[in-house]
This record gives sequence, C-alpha cells and structure tokens, in this order.
Amino acid sequence: MFDELLIPFQYDYMLRAMGISALVGAVAGLLSCYVVLKGWSLMGDALSHAIVPGVVVAWLAGLPFAAGAFASGMLAALVMAWLRDRTPIREDAVIGVVFTGFFGLGLFLMSIYPSNVRLRTIVFGNVLGIADEDIVQMAIIAVVVLGALALRGRDLMLSLFDPTQLVVAGGSPARMRILLLVLLAATAVAGLQAVGAVLVIGMLVTPGATAYLLTDSFGRMAGLAAGIGAGTGLLGAYASYFLDGSTGGSIVALQAALFVVVLVLAPKHGILASRRAAKVAAA
Amino acid sequence: MLAQPISLAVDNISVAYPNGHLALKEAGFRLDAGTICGLVGINGSGKSTMFKSIMGLVRPGQGRVLVAGGPVEAALKRNLVAYVPQAEEVDWTFPVSVRDVVMMGRYGHMNLLRIPRAADRAEVQAALERVGMADLADRQIGELSGGQRKRVFLARALAQGGQLLLLDEPFTGVDVTTEEAIIALLKALRDEGRIILVSTHNLGSVPTFCDQVVLVNRTVLAAGPTAEVFTGPNLLRAFGGALRQHSLPGATPLPADAVVVLSDDERPLVMAPDGQVIGRLERDI
Amino acid sequence: MNALLAPWTHGFMVDALVVGLMVAVLAAILSCFVVLKGWSLMGDAVSHAILPGVVIAYLVGAPLVIGAFVAGFGCALASGAIRATSRIKEDAAMGVVFSGMFAVGLILLTQVRSNVHLSHVLFGSILGIEDEDFWQTLAIAGGGLLILALRGRDLVLFCFDPGQARIAGLKVGRLRLLLLAVLAASIVAGVQAVGVILVVALLITPGAIGLLLADRFGRMVWVAVAAACLATVAGIQVSFMLDASTAGSIVLALSVLFIAALLVSPRHGLLRRRPRAPW
Repeated sequence: MFDELLIPFQYDYMLRAMGISALVGAVAGLLSCYVVLKGWSLMGDALSHAIVPGVVVAWLAGLPFAAGAFASGMLAALVMAWLRDRTPIREDAVIGVVFTGFFGLGLFLMSIYPSNVRLRTIVFGNVLGIADEDIVQMAIIAVVVLGALALRGRDLMLSLFDPTQLVVAGGSPARMRILLLVLLAATAVAGLQAVGAVLVIGMLVTPGATAYLLTDSFGRMAGLAAGIGAGTGLLGAYASYFLDGSTGGSIVALQAALFVVVLVLAPKHGILASRRAAKVAAA
Repeated sequence: MLAQPISLAVDNISVAYPNGHLALKEAGFRLDAGTICGLVGINGSGKSTMFKSIMGLVRPGQGRVLVAGGPVEAALKRNLVAYVPQAEEVDWTFPVSVRDVVMMGRYGHMNLLRIPRAADRAEVQAALERVGMADLADRQIGELSGGQRKRVFLARALAQGGQLLLLDEPFTGVDVTTEEAIIALLKALRDEGRIILVSTHNLGSVPTFCDQVVLVNRTVLAAGPTAEVFTGPNLLRAFGGALRQHSLPGATPLPADAVVVLSDDERPLVMAPDGQVIGRLERDI
Repeated sequence: MNALLAPWTHGFMVDALVVGLMVAVLAAILSCFVVLKGWSLMGDAVSHAILPGVVIAYLVGAPLVIGAFVAGFGCALASGAIRATSRIKEDAAMGVVFSGMFAVGLILLTQVRSNVHLSHVLFGSILGIEDEDFWQTLAIAGGGLLILALRGRDLVLFCFDPGQARIAGLKVGRLRLLLLAVLAASIVAGVQAVGVILVVALLITPGAIGLLLADRFGRMVWVAVAAACLATVAGIQVSFMLDASTAGSIVLALSVLFIAALLVSPRHGLLRRRPRAPW
C-alpha cells in the first residue's frame, strides 16, 4: 500500500511535473493576492484565453511559443486599456469583448492553418508531457515574476489600496497597472502549460481568496497564497498519477476544496466565526 | 386617498450585518405627516442603514419600523415610500431617458407587464412639469447637470405618489441656486402632507429647511424639533472629534461670544458685511 | 451570388442557421442586461461550470440538459452566497467556484467512460447538431424569450436601480434569480449548439455594440439582436466557404461589428471626436 503511494516518485516525468507545478503554483498564488484585491478575476481568465492566437502565429512564423503567447496577451491588454478609456462600456464588458474576440481569432486561425498546435494542449495543458525547453521557459518566467514582485511588490500593493498615496510617494499607478498586466500575462503563459487556458483562472484567484480569509496582513496573505499554490501544485500533480491524467483538474479541484474548508472554518472571517460574531453583537 | 395620514415610527431597532458589524443599536424616533426631517450624522454613523431599514432592504434584528401604522412591506405595496438615491449610486451611462426614469416610479401601479396606461403617462408628465424638467424629457440622463439629475429623481418620487420621501445626500454636487429651488419644492411637498426624510452631513442647510432633526451615531442620540435638537452640545455628541466649534475672533462688529460657527469637516471663511475677510476659523475647542 | 447562396442549399446548414439565430437572439437580449449589470464574468463562469453537471447527469442517466442547468445555476447561486457570507468579492467568488467546478468535471470525465465529448461542450458543433438537440435548443430559447418579453421592464429597473425596484414592491431577490435562471438556461442551450466560447462572446459583445450605438434600452436591444444575427449569418457563411471553425468565425464577425460600431458610434465614435462632458 505504502509502496504504491511512492510509485510516482520513481518516474522522472512525474518528478518534473510535480516540481514545475509547484513552482508555477507558487508564482500564480503570489499574484492571486493582487488579483483578488483588485477585483480582476476576469482579467486573469481573459489573458489566458487571449494568448491563443499568439501561439498559432508564433508556430506559423517559427518563433518560440512563449514569445508569441506573451505578445498576444499584452496586445489584448493594450486594446482593453484603450477601449476602457474611450467608451462608456464598463471594464468587465470591455475585457469580455476583447478576450472572446482574441480567442475566436485563435480558433479561426487554427482551423484554417492546420498546425501541430494542439487545441487540447492549449486548453487543458500537458504538464506530464512537457518538453525540456518549455521547462526552462517556465522557470525563467517564474524567476522574472518573483524578481519583479520582490522589487516592486510593495508599490503594487499600494497602487491597489491607495493610488493617491503612491502618486504622492513619487510612483505611478498607471505604470503599476501595466506591471500587473505584464506579470499576469507572463504567469498565464506559464500556467497555460501547467493547467491549460481554462483553469489558469483557478490558480490566479483561488489561493489569494483562501489566504484573504485567513489573515488581515498583506505580507502573511502573500506568503500563505504562495504556500497554498505550491502545495496544491505539488499534491495535485502527484494525485493526477492515480487519477489517470488531468493534472490541471487535480490541482485546481484541490485548491477549490481547500477554499471551501477555509470558507467555513476560518478563525475570524469564516462563515461559522462571523455567524458567532453577529450573534454576540446583537445580544 | 389614504385611510390614515402618513406616519413613520422607528421603534427601538438594532441592525447587525453578517460580518458582525453592529450598525445601529436600539435606535428610535417618530415623525408625523407634514414634516421635513434631517437625518444628521457623520459618514458611517448608520444613516444609510437607517434608510435601508425604512425601505425594507435590511431587516432589524430587534425592534420594528412602522410606516402609516403598518409594516414596511405593506407600505411598499401601497407605493407609500419613495427614494431619491445619492448621485454616486446611479449609473449615468445607463441607456434610459429622463421620461423612462420617471416612468419607473409608476411600476408599482402597473400590471405585471409594466405597460403604461394613459393615466401613468399623465402622472409622469405632471411630475416632470412640476420639477421643471418637461422640456428635457427625452434626454439621456447622463446629459443632464447635477441639479437637473436630482430633479429627475424627485419627479420619479412624485410620479410614484410617495407619501414618505427618502432623500440621500440631495445637496452634494448641487449649486446654491438649485439647492434653494429643491428646498422650495420640498417645502411645497411637505405642505401637501408628506413626510420628507433627508439624510445629510451638511450642517449649514439643516436649520433653513428642516422642521425636525434626528441625530444619529450608531444609535439615535436626539430627535425632535430643530430648535430643540440642533444645538451645539447635541451636535458635538453626534460629530465627536470631527466637529469644530469656532468662536469668532474679537475684531468684529459683534461681541466675540455672540456668534458660534459650527462645521463638520470644512473650515469656514468669515467675512465682514463689506466683504473684508475677517479670517479663516481654525481655533478648535 | 450563387456561390454565396450555395451553403444554404444544404439542409444541415439551414438547421444550423435556425439554431444559431435562436441562440443569438436570446443571448443578444441577455447581453444587454449583462453589460449594464457588470456581469460579464457570469457568462464565462456559468458556461464552464456546467461540465460536472453534464458528466454526473450522464452517470445517473438523467437528461444532460437538466444536469447542465443545475450545475450552471448552482455556480451562480454559490458565488452569490460566498459574496454574501464572507469578505470575498463576487468576481473572486465566481472565479473560485467555476474553476473548481470545471476542474471536478475534468477529473470526473477522465474517470468515467462516457459519450460526453469535451470538444463538443467547449467548441460546440452547430453544423452537426442532432435532431433532439435541435428541438431542445429551440424550446429553451423560446421559453427564455417569452420570460424576457413578460418581465423585461422589471429586469431593466432591477439593473438600473435595485433600490427603486424594491420600493416599487418588486421582489428584487426573485428578479435576480429569474435573470440568472434565464441566463443559465440560455447558456445551456447555447453551449450544446455553439460551444462555450461563442456563448460567452454572444453574452457580452452584442450588448456592448448596442450600448455604443443607442442611448435607450429598447433601441440597444434591437441593435444587439441585429448585430448578433448578422454575425451569425456571416460567420456560418465564412466558415463554410473557408472550411474554418464556425464558432471562431462567428466570434470574429462579432468583433468586426464591434470595431465598426466603435468607429461610427454617434456619441462615443472615434470618427466624431467631440470633447467629453466635464463630469
């Protein structure tokens, strides 16, 4: 029985999948704190879908996958920012219009230029069959995102909480917004290979939401979210060995399950705790 | 016609939100027909919770709200309660015209399909004319000025036939001329027997148009006729540290202790009758 | 001219057009509410959340439509409940719930041998739609349109000013549920016909086009419906002629119409730049 549980560790590809999922999970978890506090869940989903036409074009032009994906995500973000400032349409609808348009373009290109870009891989990820150069790409993305957050994470947090104060302190909220978009697009590119386009949003929202229920300090929230992301990434990849595939499904389902437990039981902000507090206050 | 004149009784209510925040504790007051009443308190004092309780949007954990002697739900069914929202609560890009907005006041009188009848159209037209907005009836609401926007929502309350009017911070972003026009309209509505409850943290205008005042800070601190309730000591209790009381410096035609200026968060400028600036009042008590 | 009409001589193309137009009309009307209410993520969330419902319905032998509807509606309710009972904002709640549900659906799908084809769920198969699905889609779309025709005005008031709706004696909670239920039902109908991504697009873009071109709700709905129908016809036509993805072509046609609306919009158009009002 115990031996059986150790089987995944005997396979090189499983070890790699667990390692890379934990890394991407940690990075996405860290970013998810900003996404949750900014109310940008839709943006996380949008960027992961907006990447698709870039992947196809990159393949057609013989460019690296990550470059095309990232460029496409950033282009979508630019179009959104431009539309948001010039139309009466709410930001959420602008995001929706743009990302569905990009994804539609991706589908269209893929169907008229048959390529070896497999829709299945983009939509569901394929971390178990990941190629070495992709691992290098993902590791680079992870290091860059972590470095950027280490340097500018505090400014980024201030831009969400009190943009005016950031201006007074000599920073620029607009630049912070762009930074967050760049980091999101980069993480979406990495997450795409780990869990696929549809489930990137899970990794970019759930750990942050879970941590937000557990603490009132941003520093601790970031640490918790990164830990949750890494832990669920590792465990999810491990569990997917026994579940016969769908690594992305395992990781995100695990994160959602953890969220539900915390939602009910969290010491201060859980449902049970607030109910108790409301009773005490009314008495 | 009403079976009995309108009245509002807030009977010892406590409201706690799910996150455990106790917004109002054992708050109560009573108003009768033909009254303009100011609901005065700082931001976060429970003014909007009080409004929500009267509108039936939150249910007090303790106590009850009676409108015209019955529960809120019954009053809403009879279209007795009308509400003029704060400017920030409205989506001004929403694709509706002035007339559409006022027509929304008639929904409670219409059948399930909300198809307006001639009577509904007539009420809407009358309301628009009363607030002087009939000429702009086909404008999209975002094209109006701040004062015009307020008047549209007042017209909606009129078209609805509300007897208890709730106005949330009606004078924010409105110039003085418009403010006076709105106050004149409110007084006319009062004289027809309505109750008008105005939530505000703008102290200066309160004595000019409110017959009664309710001071709130997490509970009702004081309630009654303006002359009795709107006093320095009461305001200090309601506004706590946020309030500044100023005695004028001596170099004025008036004795120094004859004038007291109260303001909540702004520093008033005091000028002599000839336009000479006497000074900015800064001496906090 | 004959080349343009050639596709429509095939029976399956005509069927596809009928189903596509029904879904487009219903989704376009709903998109006006979605855009004004700020619910864009809702269409995205509900359309993905139906996956576990479909698989479970298959397992227990219930109609797939019922399973899909229960799961989609459940996702909307659960997100609302999380927002109401905790400090999590609605957008994050929706993100957590729908990604979690989709993940569970994926796992279930790998565990059971079913005839649920994931690619059909995700990308639709409007050109190969089956008889049973055809009538189901028409029935759901017809029901949805009827409800919107009956309660549309109340729903507009609910979107514009929920406080006034409450005061007018409307049951705001029930209106919200009604709008969500119609949304979920039309997503279920749309997903099996045209796929997730096209449903998400149809639930946002036509409303956005309408908002650019009209400043009354009624006209906004007409513009949205016209845009959605035009895009459906053009998209199916292009996809037949180029042998391209139908859903992709329709979404692209919608995007082109959106860009056109952006250029000519009377109040917000780029071709008629006027100084913005000071407020």
